Amino acid sequence: MTKKLKKKIIRVAIGFGLFVVGILLEHFVNQWAGLAFYLAAYLTIGFDVLKNAAVNIAHGHVFDENFLMIVATIGAVACKEYVEAVAVMLFYQVGECFQTYAVNKSRKSIKALMSIRPDFARVVRENETAEVDPSEVKIGEVIQIRPGERIPLDGIVVDGISSLDTAAITGESLPKDVTVGSNVVSGCVNLTGVITVSVTSVFAQSTVAKILTLVEDASSKKAKAENFITVFARYYTPIVVCSAVVLALAGSLITGDVKTWIYRAMTFLLISCPCALVISVPLSFFGGIGGAGKKGILIKGGNYMETLSEIDTVVFDKTGTITKGNFAVGEVSVSDFLKEKAGDSAKSFLLKIAAMCEYSSNHPIARSIVDEVKFVSGDDATDVKEIAGKGVSAKIDGSQWYAGNYKLMADCLPKEELEKTDCHDCLERGTVVYLAADGRYMGHIHIVDEIKDGAAEAIRKLKDSGIQRTVMLTGDNEESAKIVASNVGISKVYSNLTPIDKVTAIEKLMGENSSDRSKVAFVGDGINDAPVLTRADIGIAMGAMGSDAAIEAADVVIMTDELSKIGDAKRIARKTLRIVKENIVFALGVKALVLVLAAFGIASMWAAIFADVGVAFIAIMNAMRALKA
Amino acid sequence: MTRTFILEDLDCAHCAQKIQDAVAKIAGVSECKVTFLTQKLVYNVEDDKNDAVEKEMRKIVKSTEPDVTVKAV
Repeated sequence: MTKKLKKKIIRVAIGFGLFVVGILLEHFVNQWAGLAFYLAAYLTIGFDVLKNAAVNIAHGHVFDENFLMIVATIGAVACKEYVEAVAVMLFYQVGECFQTYAVNKSRKSIKALMSIRPDFARVVRENETAEVDPSEVKIGEVIQIRPGERIPLDGIVVDGISSLDTAAITGESLPKDVTVGSNVVSGCVNLTGVITVSVTSVFAQSTVAKILTLVEDASSKKAKAENFITVFARYYTPIVVCSAVVLALAGSLITGDVKTWIYRAMTFLLISCPCALVISVPLSFFGGIGGAGKKGILIKGGNYMETLSEIDTVVFDKTGTITKGNFAVGEVSVSDFLKEKAGDSAKSFLLKIAAMCEYSSNHPIARSIVDEVKFVSGDDATDVKEIAGKGVSAKIDGSQWYAGNYKLMADCLPKEELEKTDCHDCLERGTVVYLAADGRYMGHIHIVDEIKDGAAEAIRKLKDSGIQRTVMLTGDNEESAKIVASNVGISKVYSNLTPIDKVTAIEKLMGENSSDRSKVAFVGDGINDAPVLTRADIGIAMGAMGSDAAIEAADVVIMTDELSKIGDAKRIARKTLRIVKENIVFALGVKALVLVLAAFGIASMWAAIFADVGVAFIAIMNAMRALKA
Repeated sequence: MTRTFILEDLDCAHCAQKIQDAVAKIAGVSECKVTFLTQKLVYNVEDDKNDAVEKEMRKIVKSTEPDVTVKAV
């Protein structure tokens, strides 16, 4: 509780005491003694309201809530409703206290979200450690992190073994093991052992600084609902105040009953503050963004929250999003000819030859073969030639080897040998590298890109949450793309696409959507698909832990590579939007109702106070639900 | 240059909006933003007008919300 709030509560409590004494005196002693205490109570309770109104009027701001509050209570006094005048001030102040309390509480929850900011970095300089501000550490310097401490900067472990709690960054509850050579991300907490880390980015560029800026900036990208409230608030107070004046004048003139109509007009003034809406709508969005952040889903603003809640088409990139994106050697198949010649070691022989041929290539498929055969050198192969779009050729041990796709085999093999390459199940398993030497087919190697664990389930859940269409885009050939898509349950596939084709495909899908309320989301790993991420209604980057490009290009960033988080993101967005709508309808509804009732003399000043501070308090409490994603 | 201030005890959301609108109108200020939840006031100011703008900004805050304490970050 802040000092200011404490002081206010004490003052209101003293005022309340004076008020009670006043009521007793009025009833049992005489009216004047009672009135004296009412005045004292009014001044004590309303001290800050009176002060602020005076200061504001001195500066030329007349129509603020403090001033209107005073006008309303003076109006009550004019109607000889002394008790009501004090009571209205009292309840207004109690409501204000509740409201301040609720706001402070939400601020605290938000601060807790921001608590991933590291306090210090223990940097090793000239064999001594010193605790410095993380922003003072340069790239290449070495820092030490002890168990229980937060990793201050991104880097690579150079000494030590430990496990990390990455929950603050990824929302993932299982600790992650790290050892020499592992990348560590700032914001994670070191759990078990001391690790020494070589720093790879300055603080301003580190993951934790990026996330913090992103969360703070999120409130500046306003949703339509927020803009509506801002505009509404600008007109609401003057309109209500003017209607109060009209009500007082017209009512008095027509009926001649000045007192009644003044009272009704004063009731209007009490409802003239748009506080409930102005606070609770941005607070709901902030809460939703914060709640998503706890799960490792960063939403860059309220406007994206709105779009996210309206998506009905999700377009996935294949490699790295649906599949793991790291190619690995699968089954190795050896021709009968080679089996006869090399016996049991035929498979490892074939792999080794393939690795020698591919040794100098940077293609991911080539790398996967070289990685599979650990000890291999490129020196054994001579005269290595790359044949664009087909594969490679090389001389090894006096034989002319060819390694590549079916087109390459067609070029280098006679017809009867080419027929032996037939493998009916090859296409189901992704890419195949065929090998041939001296006019004979030798065998082939399957290269697989595994589908992510839980991909099929995540896509099924997405469909359950109201996603009408799922589409996959890929640069791969049609057959292997179709197989991946049907394995995970994606209905539509666009294959053989260049990065530019992907943008065209997204535009086509966006054009097909009939209504404005069905939005297209694109999900990619953010590495090669920045243009598509930008073009789609909403771009979602996955597995972004430590990837700068993805964090910048996307509207929504998912720190881990779990596809199920897309469904979570939509669910959080819908929940947040529902809370926003509830608050708008509730606050406007109650205010409108009380205004109407007050005009007909049914609602008293008490109801008006509830419509003001009571509604604000309830709306704030409701907004805080958005935080619990 | 970019200046950042904390508006301590900023309790009323539409006052935040009023402060933002008023500070944005000071000559030499561009891109002024008040975030009610983080109690942050951030604006860009031409370097040579920095002191004058800060003075004016403090005056605006004082007159809109007398209880708020402005702290430079």
